[in-house]
Amino acid sequence: MTARSDEKPNSFKTLPDAEGHFGIYGGRYVAETLMPLILSVEQAYQEAQADPSFQEELDRYLKHYVGRPSPLYCATRLSDHFGGAKIYFKRDELNHTGAHKINNTMGQILLARRMGKERIIAETGAGQHGVATATVCALFGMQCVVYMGETDIARQAPNVFRMKLLGAEVVPVTSGSATLKDAMNEALRDWVTNVEDTYYIIGTVAGPHPYPAMVRNFQKVIGEEVREQMMEAEGRLPDTLVACIGGGSNAIGLFYDFLDEEDVNIYAVEAAGKGIETGEHAASLSAGGPGVLHGNRTYLLQDEDGQITEAHSISAGLDYPGIGPEHSWLHDAGRVNYVPVTDDEALDAFQLCTRLEGIIPALEPSHALAHVAKIAPSLPNDHLLVMNMCGRGDKDVFAVAEALGVSL
Amino acid sequence: MSRKAGRLKARFEELAAEGRAGLVTFVTAGDPNRQISSDILAGLPDAGADIVELGMPFTDPMADGPAIQASSLRALKAGQDMIATLDMVRAFRETDDDTPIVLMGYFNPIYIYGVEKFTEDAANAGVDGLIIVDVPPEEDGELRIPANNEGIDFVRLTTPTSDEERLPALMGGASGFIYYVSIAGITGTKSAATSSVADSVSRIKKFSDLPVAVGFGIKTPEQAAEVARVADAAVVGSAIVQVIADNAENIGESKSSPDLLNSVLSFVSELARGVRTARS
Repeated sequence: MTARSDEKPNSFKTLPDAEGHFGIYGGRYVAETLMPLILSVEQAYQEAQADPSFQEELDRYLKHYVGRPSPLYCATRLSDHFGGAKIYFKRDELNHTGAHKINNTMGQILLARRMGKERIIAETGAGQHGVATATVCALFGMQCVVYMGETDIARQAPNVFRMKLLGAEVVPVTSGSATLKDAMNEALRDWVTNVEDTYYIIGTVAGPHPYPAMVRNFQKVIGEEVREQMMEAEGRLPDTLVACIGGGSNAIGLFYDFLDEEDVNIYAVEAAGKGIETGEHAASLSAGGPGVLHGNRTYLLQDEDGQITEAHSISAGLDYPGIGPEHSWLHDAGRVNYVPVTDDEALDAFQLCTRLEGIIPALEPSHALAHVAKIAPSLPNDHLLVMNMCGRGDKDVFAVAEALGVSL
Repeated sequence: MSRKAGRLKARFEELAAEGRAGLVTFVTAGDPNRQISSDILAGLPDAGADIVELGMPFTDPMADGPAIQASSLRALKAGQDMIATLDMVRAFRETDDDTPIVLMGYFNPIYIYGVEKFTEDAANAGVDGLIIVDVPPEEDGELRIPANNEGIDFVRLTTPTSDEERLPALMGGASGFIYYVSIAGITGTKSAATSSVADSVSRIKKFSDLPVAVGFGIKTPEQAAEVARVADAAVVGSAIVQVIADNAENIGESKSSPDLLNSVLSFVSELARGVRTARS
């Protein structure tokens, strides 16, 4: 099932195929009620891609509303601290709403408007995607309903309030483990019930085709900017890229433009929670297997009966038992290295970055930074490493305080 | 070995000869536990079920409403798995070789069991058809073809969103019967108007000679009777599962529950009476 091909493809950028498959992964595993809608989203997206005015409008909003391009910042104090690689942060936490998520929600809401939809639904884990969706809905005056697990609502109270301020309805999801996967189930149940007027803004590179490819295309601006900015700063391409991965949208956003650059090493960091060996983690690629959930075939955390098991991570944004199908394919193809980082390692990196750089990272990119901490010291000083600082940590200060035993 | 070709076809022919629609009943395998669930399954035909739809529990039933979600979780909590579900079918076949059994559920448990092994084991156990909610025609070749090769019908779903452009694609490759999902939504919530169901059934019949069963949102004997006037079968699921839920408290690991069994089968009898008298 996980056939690791020894033959290298000529390009890692030719997929998905017309049916939405990345090798054996991806596809459109949805209820028949949704199929005509999925097909119409695909058609509308293809038409938008072929229409220069769509990209022009998106670029205009990305520049003047989101604040792109985000800076590429050389983190010298951290580089000196590790004593190895020259570390750059891609500052996507400086985007409006504080994370990379809005690159995608801006693209999708313009598509929803083209399709004449009036009501937007979304799922959210950490709340970053929910906030980014509620924000663009406020901007365009559209109705917004965000499904969020009750567990996540409890640990992400500031984001819940932000969404409500923005005019969104936040629906608590109590089924299953009451986290991101259950929120996605509820969003799909809403969509199947409201097919006529509703557009579902999926927040990551998962779900049925065309979402994994579409969300990737809206996020790949991250890597395209890095290429240009690094050429300007150093006159050459980076040597290593590092990003955290839950569903995988910030990771593919950084990686995509470099997939065919053979000399660029790529690391995606999965949440190992309390440790892979404890079973309490969210590391689908390191410890899961291929399966079918939420519209696509991909690596999942599951038991021997094919039942989905609960993910665990201190980071609500990584707390999902699956991963985008393109990552499953890149994993099997051996192009990207998928590595685990625990809650404790991420907490250490969170504090280190805050003190040395004056940047409070979200817990999600703190995982990426924890892996940087492992590899940077042994790399030479002229080794250019880019880490995607995909979100800011304001939303996490309460969770971090609790983890550190501090009462606020 | 309980293989027998064409139980579904034979049953629909009998129903046509009797000039009435059939009652398709859904319960989740292993709900509230394996023993009681087996007793319910065994009692369904005598209570008036013409076809039995047996749910394969799954942790993430994204097309189901609260009642069937809860039944899946009860079954899983009681230890149900795919092996146990196929065992239940095998046991049912020891006393009933005629009532068709259609397994309904989601693809992942089948995929993990192994598609080829599953279709072979299911056919040997006496399964007649499959309804897999999250496998649309675009993706179903990897399951439909092995199932057909083992003599198992692959039931296609049509919905209010299936327009005349899409219907032919849905009918190609369908077997057993066509399942018309009468509302855009999840199981066990709102109900469709009878007139729109009648229109949809005749639209489907323009594209297929297969019998049409109608489900989603049928909760009472009266509603079942209304559907039975215009379709070849009425499917009731959530309402039956809700009777199990109402009687499942404090069941624990009890090997039997006469009250629960009686409540479920009485309700099925009322539904059957509605369906059987609909056209008289």
